[in-house]
Amino acid sequence: MAFVSYEFLAFLAVFVLVYYVLPGRFRWMVLLAGSLLFYLASGIRYIVFLLITCVSIFGLTLWMERIHLAGKEEMKNQGMKGEEKKAFRAKLKKRQKHVLQLGLFVNLGILAVVKYTNFAIWNVNQWLHFFGGEGEFGFVSWALPLGISYYTLQALGYLLDVYHGKYEAEKNPFRLLLFLSFFPQVVQGPVSRFDKLKETLFEEHAWFGQRICRGMERMLWGFFKKLVVADRVAPVVMAVGQNPEELGGIYVLAGMLAYTLQLYGDFTGGIDIAIGCGELFGVELPENFDRPFSAESLAEYWRRWHMSLMQWFREYVFYPLAGSKSVSRIRKLGERFFGKKAASRLPMYIASLITWFFTGIWHGASWNFVIWGMVNGVILLASQEAAPLYRRFHKAYAFSNTPVYHRFMTLRTLMMVSAVQMFEYYASPLTAIRMFGDLAFVWDIGRLFDGSAALLGITLADFAVLFLSVPLFCLVGAIQAKEDIRLWVERKSGLVRFLVWFGLFLAVLILGVYGQGYDKQNFIYNQF
Amino acid sequence: MEELIEIMEEINPDVDYASCTGLIEEGIWTSFDLVMLITEIREQFGVAIPAERIVPENFNSAEAIFALIKELEEDD
Repeated sequence: MAFVSYEFLAFLAVFVLVYYVLPGRFRWMVLLAGSLLFYLASGIRYIVFLLITCVSIFGLTLWMERIHLAGKEEMKNQGMKGEEKKAFRAKLKKRQKHVLQLGLFVNLGILAVVKYTNFAIWNVNQWLHFFGGEGEFGFVSWALPLGISYYTLQALGYLLDVYHGKYEAEKNPFRLLLFLSFFPQVVQGPVSRFDKLKETLFEEHAWFGQRICRGMERMLWGFFKKLVVADRVAPVVMAVGQNPEELGGIYVLAGMLAYTLQLYGDFTGGIDIAIGCGELFGVELPENFDRPFSAESLAEYWRRWHMSLMQWFREYVFYPLAGSKSVSRIRKLGERFFGKKAASRLPMYIASLITWFFTGIWHGASWNFVIWGMVNGVILLASQEAAPLYRRFHKAYAFSNTPVYHRFMTLRTLMMVSAVQMFEYYASPLTAIRMFGDLAFVWDIGRLFDGSAALLGITLADFAVLFLSVPLFCLVGAIQAKEDIRLWVERKSGLVRFLVWFGLFLAVLILGVYGQGYDKQNFIYNQF
Repeated sequence: MEELIEIMEEINPDVDYASCTGLIEEGIWTSFDLVMLITEIREQFGVAIPAERIVPENFNSAEAIFALIKELEEDD
């Protein structure tokens, strides 16, 4: 059931009603029932994977907790102190670690098999051809269970948090199941942490008209971004993406920017819908974006875009890896070859590149995404190395503190992000590299007006809507920098409020792309 | 404390570590800076900072970082 469908809106309306009609203590159960129904609508057999994850994580976290509590009791009963206590604690931690490893193995194993089997087969076939083999392995034909990339991260985050003793294990398996399957977020995030989400997920929320209105406003804005902007620009993205050699030249730039606009509208719009849905039930999902295109560097962009995912990778992969004994040993080894100072940077390099490899492959099972991730990692590392130069530059030149310079940096970051995205945009990394050539050297602006623009598949009216959406996003972003735009609108007169929300509703209704060729199933980030 | 501030100045010299209390929350330090610091602390103080202790409140100021090092040293 796609967010952008009448079925979903009807489903949502029914569940909001049932949620508030039933007594408070049953409300989280209504959310669970709704989430399971939503999940089952995507295919009955796929729920098996979700249940395996839930049952395994539930059982293993309770097991880890039992080891901890039983050990604590034993230490107390035997009056252990000093070294004896320390050694016993280490023994307990080791036992817990084995349970943790089992949880990681089972759940990463499921994700690896269902998501990456075809990628592995493709690579094996390439090697076979390379060495002159004639046969090849056939691909498996299973679909990816809904939201598996997202709920697996949430489940593993929860497992690791309990292992580290950040909070207690959940004692009710159905509450854990709701945490993993909550329908607004299971499709494309945001990736929540159990201790944060449970604060509002299991609370007995009373009907609160203002919160529900705000939820609907947020959803409406999400529908606008998705239906009016992202789906309108989709034909341009497709035309250039599928025909880069034929169109080429200036159209590579047009395709690149169109893809950035589509991704922005599609993903931030989808998250607006998810967060708005959560608000209807009083559940606060974490924000996933903080005006990403106001960033003045790639590092800042990644602190503003898909924040919940980046935080997950930072917390559970990057930091643990950088501080691990193995990386420390590599650093020691590196000191012999590169000297102490240079080797001190090794942990940063190793942890960063490994984290970006996993970030890339998490997004998609193809070399395109791996390269996209690694290029991001390399640019971020280069920027970190250049940081002292930037600092000196900023001190030496006063103009680097002017609004013009800041806007230039914002634009530069937008172009850099868009250019790196070409690795995921084009069918193969080689095509992307060839298109970089066009981007850098072919500036045949005249081709925009020689009739070939018709190949882009959108009308002048579509182009006007898209063109106007950009300043609208900038305006909303400028207001959002100071406060939630919904609060800003609430302070305006009744007429202005009516014009804003009814105007947006009409825009979605009239300008939304629903016609022929429109595939309502496809939110880009659903596929990740 | 002085040794810690020396390490921090080597990573980013443009911050007044005696008064700054928002190194992470105000985005003054990047995650790379943080990793550099963690590995240097391991190297020079012999203290391994567990991943679960890498949260903004433990790294927002030199004072907080120093307190964390002391606490982990005592735990050892």
